[in-house]
Amino acid sequence: MQFDVAVIGAGVIGALAARELSKYDIEVALLEKGNDIALGATKANSGIVHAGFDAEIGSNKAVMNVRGAALMESVCKELDVPYRNNGSLVLAFTTDDIGALEKLKEKGEKNGVKDLKILSAQELLTLEKNINENAVGALRAPTAGIVCPYELAIAATENAVSNGVEFIRNCEVFSIKDEGDIFTLLTSIGDIKAKYIVNAAGGYADKVAGMIGDNSIKLTARHGDYYLLDKTAGEIVAHTIFQCPTKMGKGALLSPTVDGNLIVGPSAVDIDDPCDTATTFEGLNFILKSVKKSVPTISERNIITSFSGNRAHSDTGDFILGKSEANSRFINAAGIESPGLSAAPAIAEYIESILKDEIKDIKLNQNYNPIRPEKVRFAHLNTKQRKALCAKNKAYGRIICRCETVTEGEIIDAIKSPAGAVDVDGVKRRTRAGMGRCQGGFCGSKVVEILARELSVPVNEITKFGGGSKIIYEKTKKGKKQYGKN
Amino acid sequence: MEKIDLVVIGGGPAGMAAALKAKERGVKSVTILERAGTLGGILEQCIHAGFGLHYFKEELTGPEYAARFAALIENSDIEVKLDTMVLGISWDNTVTAANKEDGILEIKAKAIVLAMGCRERPRGALSIAGTRPTGVMTAGQAQEYINLEGYMVGKTVVILGSGDIGLIMARRMTLEGAKVKMVCELMPYSGGLTRNIVQCLDDFDIPLRFNCTVVEVHGKERLSGVTVQYVDENFTPIAGTEEYIECDTLLLSVGLIPENELSKQAGIELDKVTGGPVVNEIRQTSREGIFACGNVLQVHDLVDYVTEESNIAADGAADFILGRQAVNPEYIEPLCGEGVRYIVPQRVNINSGKDIKLYFRASNVFDNASIVMSVDDKEVYKKRKVKVTPGEMENVTLSADIGKQIKKDSKLTLSIRA
Repeated sequence: MQFDVAVIGAGVIGALAARELSKYDIEVALLEKGNDIALGATKANSGIVHAGFDAEIGSNKAVMNVRGAALMESVCKELDVPYRNNGSLVLAFTTDDIGALEKLKEKGEKNGVKDLKILSAQELLTLEKNINENAVGALRAPTAGIVCPYELAIAATENAVSNGVEFIRNCEVFSIKDEGDIFTLLTSIGDIKAKYIVNAAGGYADKVAGMIGDNSIKLTARHGDYYLLDKTAGEIVAHTIFQCPTKMGKGALLSPTVDGNLIVGPSAVDIDDPCDTATTFEGLNFILKSVKKSVPTISERNIITSFSGNRAHSDTGDFILGKSEANSRFINAAGIESPGLSAAPAIAEYIESILKDEIKDIKLNQNYNPIRPEKVRFAHLNTKQRKALCAKNKAYGRIICRCETVTEGEIIDAIKSPAGAVDVDGVKRRTRAGMGRCQGGFCGSKVVEILARELSVPVNEITKFGGGSKIIYEKTKKGKKQYGKN
Repeated sequence: MEKIDLVVIGGGPAGMAAALKAKERGVKSVTILERAGTLGGILEQCIHAGFGLHYFKEELTGPEYAARFAALIENSDIEVKLDTMVLGISWDNTVTAANKEDGILEIKAKAIVLAMGCRERPRGALSIAGTRPTGVMTAGQAQEYINLEGYMVGKTVVILGSGDIGLIMARRMTLEGAKVKMVCELMPYSGGLTRNIVQCLDDFDIPLRFNCTVVEVHGKERLSGVTVQYVDENFTPIAGTEEYIECDTLLLSVGLIPENELSKQAGIELDKVTGGPVVNEIRQTSREGIFACGNVLQVHDLVDYVTEESNIAADGAADFILGRQAVNPEYIEPLCGEGVRYIVPQRVNINSGKDIKLYFRASNVFDNASIVMSVDDKEVYKKRKVKVTPGEMENVTLSADIGKQIKKDSKLTLSIRA
């Protein structure tokens, strides 16, 4: 297999970069070591589009964040990804905090963030009635928003594949050899050749860079635990709520999600293994305690799940972007921690601009279409629309996931789509089947059955997320039979 | 749009009994909407015996109990729509549902019986720390895979929670060749029936640890083990009591939640303790013409009581449809005294002139207890019980005679005294 560009890592950065590159008439591969798209930090983060006042002036983080946030709405529109411009608030609880907010505002303005305003306690409570009444003010950033991060990566990959990119899953890169004008990547599925490499390997970007002799990148996995709350708690706040950082550290945030839930987190603890996403008792306790400072009425009764993710924190404190000093055909996008999601469209655009100049005689892909076809979201339709849909295809009349009202038709769509779902979690991220309050208790076995049928594999081969994550072992002593029926 | 007398939402034991009773009472058109491919609800996967002892005076399996009702329905003119999911109930009692055959259905009903059952509390709601491998599932999910699909879900098992489904699954997994290492229960007592502890754990030498919980889940792809730990009286894990148990399966039997998303969306008032609708003695909810019965109203331990409750709700619905509502009803709310966690019905018409059974659950374990009913602090009824536990639903009858003593501003209290 030979490509012009191999993008390593199908997280939100790799997926959006591959999509940008699909604008050109070149061969692009998107390589992913996991069984699906968005399995690293992309699936476990706050889902926030930051306004951009937090990053140091002039840093990659600042520049890419502000540009990325500006691009986000249109990218989401093209890709049919839920995005909401809900604005954010940083809460102040002391006069010292107000001073810190003034500095944040100043920094934000220098970074190019528009319409920042410091609100009085009164103005704050009019906007958000559930905020702790001890808050003395807040910094409001109306340009901030929320997005579904894994859906963004999945949609970008789908669109990239539709435009000619090859998505290769279960493809782990073990080593890279440079033969002067072409790289050979030794992978778990065999050798892959590529003239250029984009390193979007998330928590492993330092190791991947090391494969071509670039040892300049030093990453630490910074672990963060999260809670997700039921939709009944989804409207407790409208804005994304941060706390003003103090010398005691950074508090947890809370935010509505685009799907109507409430997300609370993250904690921040440095760990050794970027793959270790076990939630911790301490982390979960911390976020709950911390977030109650912002909204005291948050109830643990509404928790539907907890999870954690690891940010790839660089020792430089900034994103590492651009050609590697060790090899100019190797483009790094490393150390992508917060505000990485917000910056993602800008980082993808930046990678595109580098390769466009680098690749000789590059031509536009005449068939490029930036639009991902709108997908069916049965839960969002009215009765008339649902009737029309069911008349066209009966599979939309069978509800599989009750909590999120997901139909068999949508699950089939998710499996059949470009770079489609091949496991239960893949169906969940694409359709929301199993995302609700019962967490797949009712629909799990039905999703397994549909996957097996559509992929033509035995039921006991279906996994939750690839590898050894099989759900069923073997037939019972008697196998399937109807008990108590004649 | 189709117009009928009664729509029953759910074709489990509650829905089937309600539909049959309504028919028997002379209601003309009755339709059952059931989301699964067969009638019977959760009973279809409950292949163990122990059903029907009260209602049929004989011991049946779940599918056998369900089959008796299903056969009666088959021989009636009750319309049954299977694989049909209800999406909403409008203000004028129009039920919207979806299925493959009809697409979107709209049925306007004179009355509606809610019989949607309950769901299990998942792992997510417990905030157990650790990884998220396969092999962690609710006991009911495992029961479905094993008994309905014919697939085993694991080989070495720890069960968290001693609810009835967990106890039943401890035995079921053992019979299928799995090793069930232990059942952990956070509380100092079991939430399940005593007979299930004896027949499903004791008979198979499966240890039951009280005041013990799972604090961490291990394993990357498949579960490799769990850490269990004892807790103090505030449910805080006691340092030094951690123990790693190797297992490939963790089954959760940590509570059932009545499925009331539809009720909430229909604006029906819910009871915070039961999780079900607030109902009066005929099981009518806060919305006129909408009734509720079975596990959607309160979680039952015996299906026999579900049938009983469904008959009451169907009677209420039939009276409503046939225009025989109570005249001059006056409602009071029975109060939960000492030791009583909740009472169903939550509202009682004091002018009904009938005996009314009050169903309730204890908030703790009581030995040699007295169940006391009082009106304005005056004891009007007392019953002795050798044992009262939160795992077994109790009932007392508010007789028509006592009813006569109750005024609109009276305080009717139920309590349990040791």
